[in-house]
Amino acid sequence: MSDRESRRIGLPLERFEDRALLLGRGRFADDMPVPAGTLHAAILRSPHPHAEIRGIDAAAARALPGVFAIVTGEDVRRWTRPFTVGVKQKMEHWCLAVDRARYVGEPVAVVLAEDRYRAEDALDAVAVDYAPLDAVVDPQLALAAEAPVLHAGVGGNLVSERRFRYGDPEAAFRAAPRRIAITIDYPRNSCTPIEGLVVLAEHLPGAEGYEVLANFQGPFALHPVMALALKVPGTRLRLKTPPDSGGSFGIKQSLFPYVVLMCVAARKAGRPVKWVEDRLEHLVAASSATNRVTTLTAAVSAEGEVTALAWDQLEDCGAYLRAPEPATLYRMHGNMSGAYKVRNLAITNRIVLTNKTPTGLNRGFGGPQVYFALERLMQCIAVELDLDPLEIIRRNLVPADAFPYRCPAGALLDSGNYQEAVARAVAEGGLDELRRRRDAARREGRLYGIGFAAVVEPSVSNMGYITTALTPEERHKAGPKNGAQASATVALDPLGGVSVAVASTPQGQGHATVLAQVAADALGLEAAEIRVTVELDTAKDAWSIASGNYSSRFAAAVAGSAHLAALRLREKLARLAAAQLNVPAGEIRFAGGRIFAAGNPENSLAFARIAGTGHWSPGTLPEGAEAALRETVFWTPPTLDPPNDADEVNSSAAHGFVFDFCGVEIERDTGRLRIDKYVTMHDAGRVLNPALLEGQVRGGFAQALGAALFEEFVYAEDGSFLSGTFADYLLPTTAEVPEPQILHIATPSPVTPLGAKGVGEGNSMSTPVCLANAVADALGVADIRLPMMPARLKALLEPAEPPPPARPASPGQSAAR
Amino acid sequence: MKPPAFDYVRAESVEETLAALAEEGDEARILAGGQSLVPMLNYRLVAPKLLVDIGNLGDLAAIEADGAAVRVGATVTQAQFLAWPGLAESLPLLAQALPDIGHYQIRLRGTVCGSIAHADPSAELPLCLVALSGTIMLRSRREARDVAADAFFSGALSTTRAPEEMIVAVRFPKRRSGCGYAFREFAMRRGDFALVAVAAIASDDGMRIAVGGVGDRPRACDLPPLADAALADALNAFAWELEATDDHFATAAYRRGLVRSLGRQAVAEAMRCRG
Repeated sequence: MSDRESRRIGLPLERFEDRALLLGRGRFADDMPVPAGTLHAAILRSPHPHAEIRGIDAAAARALPGVFAIVTGEDVRRWTRPFTVGVKQKMEHWCLAVDRARYVGEPVAVVLAEDRYRAEDALDAVAVDYAPLDAVVDPQLALAAEAPVLHAGVGGNLVSERRFRYGDPEAAFRAAPRRIAITIDYPRNSCTPIEGLVVLAEHLPGAEGYEVLANFQGPFALHPVMALALKVPGTRLRLKTPPDSGGSFGIKQSLFPYVVLMCVAARKAGRPVKWVEDRLEHLVAASSATNRVTTLTAAVSAEGEVTALAWDQLEDCGAYLRAPEPATLYRMHGNMSGAYKVRNLAITNRIVLTNKTPTGLNRGFGGPQVYFALERLMQCIAVELDLDPLEIIRRNLVPADAFPYRCPAGALLDSGNYQEAVARAVAEGGLDELRRRRDAARREGRLYGIGFAAVVEPSVSNMGYITTALTPEERHKAGPKNGAQASATVALDPLGGVSVAVASTPQGQGHATVLAQVAADALGLEAAEIRVTVELDTAKDAWSIASGNYSSRFAAAVAGSAHLAALRLREKLARLAAAQLNVPAGEIRFAGGRIFAAGNPENSLAFARIAGTGHWSPGTLPEGAEAALRETVFWTPPTLDPPNDADEVNSSAAHGFVFDFCGVEIERDTGRLRIDKYVTMHDAGRVLNPALLEGQVRGGFAQALGAALFEEFVYAEDGSFLSGTFADYLLPTTAEVPEPQILHIATPSPVTPLGAKGVGEGNSMSTPVCLANAVADALGVADIRLPMMPARLKALLEPAEPPPPARPASPGQSAAR
Repeated sequence: MKPPAFDYVRAESVEETLAALAEEGDEARILAGGQSLVPMLNYRLVAPKLLVDIGNLGDLAAIEADGAAVRVGATVTQAQFLAWPGLAESLPLLAQALPDIGHYQIRLRGTVCGSIAHADPSAELPLCLVALSGTIMLRSRREARDVAADAFFSGALSTTRAPEEMIVAVRFPKRRSGCGYAFREFAMRRGDFALVAVAAIASDDGMRIAVGGVGDRPRACDLPPLADAALADALNAFAWELEATDDHFATAAYRRGLVRSLGRQAVAEAMRCRG
C-alpha cells in the first residue's frame, strides 16, 4: 500500500452536506439566530429609472406603530463615503441614492420596524419628492451627445475606453483574402439563486465598529471596499458567513452595498438590524450579467484559418460601476483568442452607463458574451466558405504540442489537448449518427440543425486583471496588483481528529466532501473522519482579498491549498513518527489510519497517537522538531503576474476546455426549439470528485439553457423594468431541461497544487452559442438574438403573416363580445 | 413581499360567508385555494379588509351530475376534478385541459371555481367554461342566480359578480353525442399560463372554437362545417378579430399565428373524435 497513490481523491463520494439539507436542517443565513431587540428592515426603492430626489419626508412613516427609524441619504452622508470605483471618473455610488436615483429599484430609504410586515406597511408613508429625468437604457443610445447623462461629473455616459493591439492585426487584415464580421447584442440575464441576500448588522458601542453576518460570497477584495465606505479600519468590520448557502452563482457579491447600508441603519437605530431580500427586490435590483454590443471581425484565409480578430466591445454596466466592475469585460482579456491559435488581435473596449441595475458577478462572468460572438463568428465563417463548422474549428485550434501556450493577449493556457477532446466527443457523442438524423429530418421537410462550440474555460482569476482597464501609466501610479491568495487551515485536536477550514464560502459545490477527500489522502485517513468547516469569520480566520467563492476557484485553488496545508502537517507528523519508529522521516508512510515505515509496515503507530502529541506532550518532542498542531497555507498561483506595459495579462491561473455539439429541431408552427441531443465534453484537469463535477456541469447546463431560451431582464425604452417576477423572467424547469451527454478527458494543470481546474462555468459560455449555432444551421439565418424564444424563432422562419380579411365581417356568429 | 394587515374568518357555513360579503362588500375576499389571491396579497396588488376562508364548507365540496351538466362546488380543487372518475366520459374537454393548469402542487390547492372567479384571460378553466357554454352559480344573501359564461367574464381579472355574491358552483355541460372535443395550448414552459389556448367542439352541424390568452377574456365563435381553405380563412379572421397585443414573450402576430395553427389542430382533432 503506497501513500503516494491518492485513494479518496477521484472517487464519486456522496456529499457529506446532503443529509442535513435533505432533512431540512440546513443552516442558512435567514435561519441564524438574531440578538434580542433586532429590528427588521424594508427598503423603499425608486419607481423611477432616473430622477432627482428633492426631499424625503419620513415623519408620517416614523409615527406609525412599530416603526423605530427611517434611514435616508442624510444618514448615509453622515456615516459613510461613496464606494471605491475601478476607473478614474468623477462619479459617486453611495449605498443609498442620496440626491438622484438612477435605476428602477435603487434604494432610496430604509424603514426599521419591529417586524417586516410593519416595515413594509410604512414604506407607503415615506414621501419622496422626485423630479423625474429622461432615462436611457440602450448602450448605443447612451453614447449619443443628446443622451441623458447619469453622472454629471463624467460629462457623458462613456466611463472607460481602451484600445489594445497584440501581434500585427493591421497587417493580417491587409493580407487576408476575406474579412468576416458579426455583430451581437447580448442581453441581460442572471442566475437568480433560490436564496436571496441576507444581512444582519450590528453597530457595537465605543470604537468596536461593526459586526455583520451576511451570506456574502466574496471576492473579499470587497471587504476593504466596505470598510472604506464605512470609514472604519478593516479590523472594525467583522464579517461572518453562515454555514449553508442557497446558491449564489456570483450574484451574492452584489450584497456588499447592503452590508454598508444595514450597518448605517443599525448605527442609527442603536439596535441590530436584519434585512432579507425578497424575490421582487432581487429581480429588480440585485445584479445582472452585463449586456454587451460586440462587433467581431475576423481576417480569414482561403482555407478558413483565422489570422486576426478585431473586437469592438461596448459594455453596459448599468447605473453605477459597482466593484469589481469593469471586471466582466476584462475577466477574459488575456484569452480573447479563445481556443484558437490566432496571433493577431485588436481590441476596443468601451464601458457605458445606463439607467439599469448595476451589473456584477454571474456564472460565466464575461465568458458568455465573448464566446457568443466568437463561436457565432466561427459558424458564419464556415457558412461563408461553405465548409463544415467543425472543420473551421479544427483548423484553428491551438495545437496539442503547444502547451503551455501563451495567448497573444497574455493568458497562459496551462495544459490541454483540444484535438483529442474534439475527436473523442465526436466519436463518443455520436456526431455521425446526429448528422444522419439531420439529413433524415430535412428530407421530411423538418427544420433541424447541428451546432458546435469550443470554449476555453478560465478559472482562478488574477486579482490584477481588472487593472487592465487602466492605462500602464495609471497602473504604475497605483502600484501593481496580481495573484489570487487562497488559504486553508488543517488542524489536529487532542484526540487526533483532523479538521479543515478554508476561506471559501460554499454555494453548493460540496466543500465538506472534497476537502475531506483531499485531507484524507494526505494523512492516510477516511474522508468521513475529516471535519470541514466553511463558515468564515474575518476576525479569526485566515483570509485575503481573493477569498470567497467565485471564478471557479474552489477545486483549483482552495482544495489545492488544503492539500498543501495537510502535506505540511504530514511532514511534521512524519518527523515525530520517524523518531519513535527509528527510521528516517523520508520512509514514513500514512495509510489506513496508521503511520508506518515504508520498508516494514508492521513497525507502525496509530495516527491519533502521534497526532495528539503536540497537545499532550510538547515537552517530549525530538530536538528541533516543531509540534504538529495547526497549519495554515496561503497559496497564490505563481503564474499570475500583473498586466505588463504591453497590456498582456494572464487573467486566470487555469484554463480548462469545453467542446459541445448539439442537434435541435424547430417546430414550424410555433417556433419552439426542441433539443434532440446535447453533448458536452470537458477537460477540467484532474477530477477530484466526478459526481460533484457532473453536478457542476448539469447545473451550468440548465442555467445556460435558461439564458439561451428564456431568460432576459427586459427594460422598456423609458427605463421601466418589465421582468420583475418569475412569471415575467422565466427559468427553465426540470420539464424544459433535457439530459446532456457529459464526457471528460483530463490534462492536469501544471499550475495548481492538485492539477485541478474549474468546471462550473464552462457551459454558461458554451451552451447558449452552441444552441444558437444549431438554430443558425436549421434556419439558415445569421442574426440570432438571445433568448431564442419561440416568437423570435417563428419570426425568423416566417416573417410575413396572412393579412386580415378584407371586410371586417365576422366569419360566423361571434358568441362573446 | 408581505401582505398588508387583514382580518381572517374561517367560515362555518355558506350563510356566514354570505353575511360577511353582505357586510363588507368589496372590502372582503373569499379565500379558497389561495393560488392567485395569496400572491396578489403579497404583491400588495389587493388589500382586502377581510378574508373569508371557505375551506371548511363541506357542502360546497361536491362534483355531481346535474341534468345535462356536471356541477362543481366552490371548494373542489383542480386535482380533485382531474381525478373525478366521470371526467373523461362526461367532460372530455376538461380531461384534456386540466393537466395543463399549473403544476401538480398548484392543482392540489387551486380550486375550479377560484380560477373562474379570478378570471385570468390566459387560464384554462374560464376558456373551457366559455367553450362549453357553461354557467356560474352565484349566491348572495338576497338571491341566487345563474350567469352564462359569456356574460360572466367582463375583462382581464374582471367579472360581473357583484361584491356581495359568491360563486357556489359552476356547471359544465356534459358531452353531447355526435360532438368531438379538443384542447390545444401553447405555453412558454410546462405549467405556465397559455400564450394561446384553443378549445374546439365539432359535430356534423358545425363547430365552436374558443380562444384564451389573446385579448382580455376567453372568446368563442361558432362556425358552420368548413373545408380546409375556408376554415383557414375563418381562423385567420377570428385571429385578427381577437385584438392581440404584444408583450415581451410574444408579438400580436405570433399570437395570431398560434390561433391559426392551434385552431387548425384542435378542429381536426375534434372532428376526428366525434362520438
